[in-house]
Amino acid sequence: MNLLDSLRDPRYYQVAVLASLLAFGIAVLDFGIRWQNAAAILLTAQAVQFIGTRAAGLPRFDPLSALITSLSLTLLLRTEFVALAMLAAIIAIGSKFLIRVRGKHVFNPANVALVTLMLTSDYAWVSSGQWGSAAIGAFALACLGFLVLTRAKRAETTIAFLAFYGMLLFGRALWLGDPLSIPVHQMQNGALLIFAFFMISDPKTTPNSPFGRVLFASIVAGIAFTIQFVFYVPNGPILALIASAPLVPLIDALLRGTHYRWDTARERALNKGV
Amino acid sequence: MRILVTLVAAVVTVSAATTASAFCGFYVAKADTSLFNRASQVVLVRDGERTVITMANDFEGEVKDFAVVIPVPTMIERGQINVGDRAVIEHLDAYTAPRLVEYHDPDPCQAYWRLEEMAGSDAAMPASEKELRKSARSRGVTIDARYTVGEYDILILSAKQSGGLITWLNENGYKIPRGAKRVVDSYLKQDMRFFVAKVNLEEQARLGYQYLRPIQVAYESNKFMLPIRLGTLNAKGKQELYVYALTRTGRVEATNYRTVKMPSNVEIPEFVDGEFADFYRAMFDGQTRKENERAVFLEYAWDMAWCDPCAADPLSRKELKSLGVFWLGDDRGNRKPTVQPLAQNVFVTRLHVRYDAEHFPEDLMFQETGDRQNFQGRYVIRRAWKGEAKCDISNYQAALRERQEREARQLANLTGWDIGDIRGKIRFPDDTIPEPDEEPWWKRIWN
Repeated sequence: MNLLDSLRDPRYYQVAVLASLLAFGIAVLDFGIRWQNAAAILLTAQAVQFIGTRAAGLPRFDPLSALITSLSLTLLLRTEFVALAMLAAIIAIGSKFLIRVRGKHVFNPANVALVTLMLTSDYAWVSSGQWGSAAIGAFALACLGFLVLTRAKRAETTIAFLAFYGMLLFGRALWLGDPLSIPVHQMQNGALLIFAFFMISDPKTTPNSPFGRVLFASIVAGIAFTIQFVFYVPNGPILALIASAPLVPLIDALLRGTHYRWDTARERALNKGV
Repeated sequence: MRILVTLVAAVVTVSAATTASAFCGFYVAKADTSLFNRASQVVLVRDGERTVITMANDFEGEVKDFAVVIPVPTMIERGQINVGDRAVIEHLDAYTAPRLVEYHDPDPCQAYWRLEEMAGSDAAMPASEKELRKSARSRGVTIDARYTVGEYDILILSAKQSGGLITWLNENGYKIPRGAKRVVDSYLKQDMRFFVAKVNLEEQARLGYQYLRPIQVAYESNKFMLPIRLGTLNAKGKQELYVYALTRTGRVEATNYRTVKMPSNVEIPEFVDGEFADFYRAMFDGQTRKENERAVFLEYAWDMAWCDPCAADPLSRKELKSLGVFWLGDDRGNRKPTVQPLAQNVFVTRLHVRYDAEHFPEDLMFQETGDRQNFQGRYVIRRAWKGEAKCDISNYQAALRERQEREARQLANLTGWDIGDIRGKIRFPDDTIPEPDEEPWWKRIWN
């Protein structure tokens, strides 16, 4: 693969955007991200990726996906313990190699690590409010993220999720008679946008067909809304994605034969690596 | 009929805190809640879904005019309501307040603050239970329960429609602000009930309290939140709210607004000890603007077992239990009493919010994090040495001047005060003020 081809790999854009967000978060928003955690996650993820590549007998070591997962984890995971940060990276990358159906991994790596730690430990959490709701910031995040997606040609998952989730929030406000500033405020959440643009959109863990992806996004949106606004548990979208992930092989099986795309060959080649 | 209803009031007096540490500086003064007008204080004790809320009351009018209306997520039984001791909240305020450190005894200070304005009235509550229930039914309002606890008459109300509820409340002497209908409607649709309290004058006379004591409610709910929307209806500008969260694991933060640490461990000029309150207010104003008026501020986060330096002693087990910290073990043990029994597994978070409907459209939602890092608002004064020089101290003076200049800029930056005024108040070595032309000419054009 020559240089030009590599630059077409949308993952480079994803790395650039996530790294900029991380820099923005640390420098401007003062997030409380610990550099020790960031380093631990980055290094552990690459180590596990390397071991997994060897163990699975894959032709080449590909650091990019693990890097993207590390950046997402660093952005979202909060913990005081470096050991927990390392454990998160192990769970994330390990799950890619160990939990697979029909040649695809089932869970989004960063997602499964976040949820496992959140549910089993009192010492790991996601600070969803820390991004604030400054409209301009949200707008910038959205645009940057969108760029990544259009390069990745998988924008429909993100758009469908945001559309369904937004409809539910606005519908709830209309039903309650609340001012629309409330759903607007709820949508202007940096963590929500990061989820929509960088987590649920992961081509490796969403259905193969466009229709399947829209269906999947709507299911995630419905569950996320239920968790957040019926059970009043924070981080609804992150929990909803993990709950819905086992549906992906099912949706793929049901919609089989409709998913061949013009870039299937290239995708297959990419899918071989993890 | 004119009524103010507020939640919680309190007067803070501070016991002289004498604890001092050479490392962290000697405690001098604190910026307690009395600095801010119209502030309210709420203590939230939470573990799992169990919650105990204590609302302090700074109501200053006639007690017969006091009334409070609070949305609650569940039915509340008689035994879930208590009337607390406001001295404990004052103590909690003093313990968690931002502090100025150097080498002085603290000045006792006083404070008043206020929570939410709502409605109250001098109309007497209908005497008969039967009449009350009948009038309620005719408005589609259900009185789920009616209790007298301490000096308060309390009703737990549910309703199908906000219109009936508001009409009934108004008929019964609660003056509900305009615009409440939408908000009440929204809470009713979310299956919330309303906790409504007024002062029972007979009980109050019998009990002999001169002031209103804090109301406490214990309940179990997955909603870890504080309803602030009714409080934003009064067109009286921004409200000041302090939330003290007491949890088992770690710091509490908002999930739907940014939680921002106040600037801390900042060195400021010596003269600020005389105007610490002004300094803190100005800094808080500045930080609020910097965050576009949309942030919740963290002023203190600490393990309740200790402090350093202490603005007041940590709360005792007894005080914590009175606030509802239910996971503390039983005191009646055979253990020998220690010198100062310290509470274990209690982490306190002090949050300070200035809110209005525009910038805080949604109720405050919280989560407990695993963060046990201690944080305090701590401001440092370094006294210049003023003894008689027995050697050449020009190096010291140069360093001092540099430090004073840095402190002056820091102070101007934090408070927005005029740097010229600040310099005028600083005693530079030899009592000289740095030449104004030391700073670029353009710095003074627009400021």
